[in-house]
Amino acid sequence: MADIIVEAFQQALNLITSGNPEVYATVYRTIYVAGLGTLLSCVWSIPISVFLGLYNFRGKWFIKGVFNALIGIPTVALGLFLYLLLSRQGEFGFLHLLYTLNGIAIGQAILVTPIIVSFTANALGAADTQLRDLAKTLGASGFRTNLTLIRETVWSMVLSITGAFNRGFGELGIATIIGGSLLGETRVLTTSIALEINFGHFDTAMAYAIILMAIVIALALTISLIEHVRNEDMSWSKLAFWSGLGGR
Amino acid sequence: MSVNLQLLDLQKNYRSVKALKSVSLNLQGNKIVVLLGVNGAGKTTLMRIMAGLENPDSGKIFFNNQNTDDKALRQVSTLVFQKTAMFTMNVYDNLAFGLKIRKVPKEEIPKSVDEALHAVRLSGFEKRRAKRLSGGEQQRIALARAFLLDSHVLLLDEPTANLDPNSATIIEKAIISKKSSQRIIVMATHNLSQARRMADEIVHIHNGEVVEVAKPADFFETPTSEITRKFINGELDF
Repeated sequence: MADIIVEAFQQALNLITSGNPEVYATVYRTIYVAGLGTLLSCVWSIPISVFLGLYNFRGKWFIKGVFNALIGIPTVALGLFLYLLLSRQGEFGFLHLLYTLNGIAIGQAILVTPIIVSFTANALGAADTQLRDLAKTLGASGFRTNLTLIRETVWSMVLSITGAFNRGFGELGIATIIGGSLLGETRVLTTSIALEINFGHFDTAMAYAIILMAIVIALALTISLIEHVRNEDMSWSKLAFWSGLGGR
Repeated sequence: MSVNLQLLDLQKNYRSVKALKSVSLNLQGNKIVVLLGVNGAGKTTLMRIMAGLENPDSGKIFFNNQNTDDKALRQVSTLVFQKTAMFTMNVYDNLAFGLKIRKVPKEEIPKSVDEALHAVRLSGFEKRRAKRLSGGEQQRIALARAFLLDSHVLLLDEPTANLDPNSATIIEKAIISKKSSQRIIVMATHNLSQARRMADEIVHIHNGEVVEVAKPADFFETPTSEITRKFINGELDF
């Protein structure tokens, strides 16, 4: 087992350094669909979050509960549902999105919506009471108060968007069903891993898995670093100095 | 002519709890009015209504003899909360927040912020992150932020609760320095010695009702209400 892992690491390094265009293209496609899906989702998720987080209305608990429940929606179930809608006979078949990267991105946008909505709305709701009163007593209008609350929770938003990106980046069901894992066209890292396992190429599968995890970890560390700099009120040059990265 | 704030028969319920039963008060400028009362007496509810953050269920509020709603009250009053709230900004931006909203010319803001920080003895703190300051320093920043707005009604909800004596003294001096005929200062506390030190007038609230309004000497020496007498002597069951 240890041999396979060591070999997989070597294979991963080889894949990365060999300049294999399909590997780079696969990584690019994975980032593209997860990135586009997350951005698309933000278009509707952020306004929904603001509405749910800052305004009170009858049945709000129910809507929040539905979004919370949908966080764990199985990707294959969502993939199947979207497949039926996007297939030629489906309601949206005329869009020709089946077996395309944009089709996967739309599926992922729907998949990650509950993550962004739930976490952002909860963060806004938690920041609400006291800061809302503070902004108001300092003379802010309702609109300005809401803007201030959004500004106060912007970091929670960044974290929820990052979590959403990671969810899209690592999902398999939608990428397989909507994308079809077509070589050179819609194959992404997760579908590549699944295929290589089916072929019995465990070392290659592991190599793709390592690349996938390396990107997720690198993103998480980058976000943590930014948060650290922000919390510690450090300048980037100071950070570089203390990290031994800068200086002479 | 001094500013005045008149509260007429204010009532406020939270579901089945009667927070304010029927509160009427006449508050004048150039005075520090101390609201005394045990926890849950209704002090904070009354402060929030005077700040325009909540509406009473019934009753009226007149500012300078004009009937006033919550929106108008927020234009003339500022509340410093018992539990200090700071924006995730540095001290300067926290202090400048209200000034920017009131569209104070940009070039005037640094000088005003500097003076306000000086008043609470925190000069040089402009670039510090407000949320990383100690509790006492944050409370002084909150006070400076309220001072900057130069509101006609300055409401202070237990501004020295949980502070060390040094910070409390600085805050008390800063509050006293803000007395003016154009400003009504209302401070809620349950600290009797602080009330004796600072108040020009003491209002005792108990169970959502005003039970005594008197000058400090009369309040402590010859209270007319039995509840107030018991409160002063620490004999009040609540």
